[in-house]
Amino acid sequence: MGAIPNILSVVTFLPLVGALLILIGRLTTKNADGLARWVALGTTLVTLAVSCVLVAQFDPSSAAYQFVERYAWFAGAEYHLGVDGVSILFVLLTAFLLPICIAASWTTIKDRVVDYMIAFLVLETLVIGVFTALDLFLFYIFFEGTLVPMFIIIGVWGGANRIYAAYKFFLYTLLGSVLMLLAMLWMANEAGTTSIPELKDYVFGGWAQSILWLAFFASFAVKMPMWPVHTWLPDAHVQAPTAGSVILAGILLKLGGYGFILFNVPMFPDASVLYRPLVFTLSVIAIAYTSLVAFRQTDIKKLIAYSSVAHMGFVTMGIFAGNEQGMQGAIFQMLSHGLISGALFLCVGVVYDRMHTREIAFYGGLTSRMPWYAAIFLMFTMANVGLPGTSGFIGEILTMTGVYEASTWAAFVAATGVILSAVYALTLYRNVMFGEITNPALATIKDIDLRELAIFVPLIIGTIWLGVQPGLVLDYTAASVDAVVGGWRLATGG
Amino acid sequence: MTPDLLKDLNIAASEGVLALGGLVLLMVGAFVGEKSARLVSVLSVALLVAASAVAATGPLGVAFNGAYVADPLAIYGKVAIYIASAVAVVLGGGWMQRERIARFEYPVLIVLAAVGMGMMVSSGDLISLYVGVELHSLALYVLAAYHRDDLKASEAGLKYFVLGALSSGLLLYGASLIYGFTGSMRFDEIAAYATANPGVGLVFGLVFLICGLAFKVSAAPFHMWTPDVYEGAPTPVVAFFTTAPKLAAMILFARALSEGFMEAHAQWAQVLILISLASFVVGAWGGLAQKDIQRLLAYSSIANIGYAILGIAAGTEAGLQAMIVFMTLYMIDTMGFFAILLSLSRNGRPIRTIADLAGLKNDRPVTAIAITVLSLSVLGMPPLSGFWGKYYVFGAAASAGYWMVAAAGLVASVVAAFYYLRIIKLMWFDAAPDGVARTDKAPVESQWIGWACAAFAFPLVIVGLTWLEPATRIAASGFGAG
Repeated sequence: MGAIPNILSVVTFLPLVGALLILIGRLTTKNADGLARWVALGTTLVTLAVSCVLVAQFDPSSAAYQFVERYAWFAGAEYHLGVDGVSILFVLLTAFLLPICIAASWTTIKDRVVDYMIAFLVLETLVIGVFTALDLFLFYIFFEGTLVPMFIIIGVWGGANRIYAAYKFFLYTLLGSVLMLLAMLWMANEAGTTSIPELKDYVFGGWAQSILWLAFFASFAVKMPMWPVHTWLPDAHVQAPTAGSVILAGILLKLGGYGFILFNVPMFPDASVLYRPLVFTLSVIAIAYTSLVAFRQTDIKKLIAYSSVAHMGFVTMGIFAGNEQGMQGAIFQMLSHGLISGALFLCVGVVYDRMHTREIAFYGGLTSRMPWYAAIFLMFTMANVGLPGTSGFIGEILTMTGVYEASTWAAFVAATGVILSAVYALTLYRNVMFGEITNPALATIKDIDLRELAIFVPLIIGTIWLGVQPGLVLDYTAASVDAVVGGWRLATGG
Repeated sequence: MTPDLLKDLNIAASEGVLALGGLVLLMVGAFVGEKSARLVSVLSVALLVAASAVAATGPLGVAFNGAYVADPLAIYGKVAIYIASAVAVVLGGGWMQRERIARFEYPVLIVLAAVGMGMMVSSGDLISLYVGVELHSLALYVLAAYHRDDLKASEAGLKYFVLGALSSGLLLYGASLIYGFTGSMRFDEIAAYATANPGVGLVFGLVFLICGLAFKVSAAPFHMWTPDVYEGAPTPVVAFFTTAPKLAAMILFARALSEGFMEAHAQWAQVLILISLASFVVGAWGGLAQKDIQRLLAYSSIANIGYAILGIAAGTEAGLQAMIVFMTLYMIDTMGFFAILLSLSRNGRPIRTIADLAGLKNDRPVTAIAITVLSLSVLGMPPLSGFWGKYYVFGAAASAGYWMVAAAGLVASVVAAFYYLRIIKLMWFDAAPDGVARTDKAPVESQWIGWACAAFAFPLVIVGLTWLEPATRIAASGFGAG
């Protein structure tokens, strides 16, 4: 099968090669900005192509890790890569969103373009690395490493209060992940291996499980983010540049959910059963409370950021529901949210680039000036609410089914979140789009141009396609999810 | 008699070379005069490199009735210390010329300190321990006050001397108690006696010994001198303080405790854990409000010594190896950081405050990247070198069962992350405060040393660890309980 040898290393480190090319270009040519844009776009597109090859060669019927590369490293750690049905889709999502991010920043980033493109390419390598790593410490290196480029992206190209947001983002997530490092040291020490597949087979004692589970939970819950440790997210989102928000909502939040699926559920099934009420409580609060908070926001980006927290509540509930529907739904919801929230942040970026404000009150009546934009925004607003026919619906309905099986009450409260999401999303749409144009500044606003349309088209296709044909994703994840949920069944004795 | 003496001297050959060479250089300086600063610098670098070659190729063994030990640990320590000292001489040269305080005493004093440090890592009994510590301390006191017309430097020298003398007193008192209870100076005989007759008295002396050594490595709560001395002393001298003497004292610390007092591990581990916890806290929280870079790095050094001490506290071979790896990587990071500070100046003045770095990204992009890499490395960001140091230390502490201490250390490292991030923030996010030409032409050698250290911190460390790992494993073999 292996048409490309070491394909996972290739797909992981390809963006880094692009970053090096840009650096060389900077040192050798005088005006490197244009070059940097094209090299970055080219690299991310090639990465996307290679990851499509990867998906095409993947065998979805097997739950085993495929394309495995394993070499001894030092200090007990290994260079160990591999993908299963879950992680391969996240690799694809990352490779899919990055060219969009680069294209979205094409004209809006004028300052330090070279640094910006390098930061994004390095970030891509690190994120793909997280999804392909199968060694504890390799995973940790990639996972932690994502903080640095994101810190720079928010801090250099962010909004007025960017420095506060960058610090908050960095320190919050660092605090979460040092606990994970400690847990990893414990696991390596006790099980005598750092290989994630081998650790999945190792059975930890009950007490150890409950401690380790909490340590990993601390890290991933911050990343996710779950209520009440979500407060870094609105700040980071609001201050980050548009493409930074896209990658933050679209990919970086998913690292948390992916971590739960990789570590918490399969490695500590007893603890997962034990702590399920905690997860459900926090998720339900996140769904109901942050939806209400979102309703009260005056800043478009902040509203979408809070809606992300609410949607991630569905994901955490689904993961810990302990059945196939829940887990499948959670994964589907993450992928779909990656497309939808990314698209929504891009929508905000469109008007922000024109008017340089994100105040909801500033806008109103945009439909008459920007019909194309209004149609696209409507489409993603509906997808965000979970309209049948869009990918948002599939994710929500599957998680709700799974959660209902586990706890009727949790499903009941979560269902209110579906209604609340319609409330805030439609209110936002009405305030920004409908009515007469009252603000004279908007009289000359232009509709989206071809470049912007080209950015939205793949996202629209993706959202609708997944909504109509969810089997595309579910067939890939089924075998791996069965394997994970099987361990859970053993833990509950069911 | 004579063959024995020759054999003994052969084991101590590298210190002999350095001591004789140092005296010759002193004569050269005294007779040639102030003009000889550059010549003496070059010669002393050659001397230090030669001494590390002699140490690396010299025989293993025990000399002078057990007072002097040449084992893999000592040899590893000597090579690292002599090279670090040589780098400190190079760094000092250009900077002192620019500040017009270049004199030939600086390299000579560093060579003499190196003799003391060589003795420290080789000491096999309490006498050579004390003589080594004093020999290097006296040179350091003078170095701290090296800029003699500067009020702050004089203050630093005096403070260092008074508090250092106090700590030497503690050390000596502890040593005399130990001798009184065991009747021997040699670590191995002390260990044998302690196994046969465990008692409280010995622990009493041991605590004094630990306090004295903690003073030398500037671990909390014996750190009070550090920020003031680091702030006042000339920058290249501080670069030297944070590297070679710290490694020497840590190796001495580890050797004294694990060779002489392994029986009492349960007792001294408690003391060391308290010391390292206090160091995390003081180093992390104390650094938050600092404005002066050298003061900031003083707190950073206190916190990092806390991590290194945690490795010793584990009392295992893995713990000692972790300490050596950590200290080696930390030395390279701080040496690089100081080298870059030395290479910068703002409108003719050396960089003093953190705010002086604002907007550096625009003036000197490569240097800004180098500082960023080094800061992130000291912060412990994977996969930079500082992360691997912490990885070893926390791994060793964890396998020794010190989970809560490791957790506290990791939390403190998040707090400390704030001040390293502030440096990055100033360089990358902020504009230069005034549009004037900010940084002058850099002394080339310190700039290159800084860049090289940054390149080592990442990505060379990934390759570097593949030989550092076996080297430190050999150095640590045979120590501790594991």
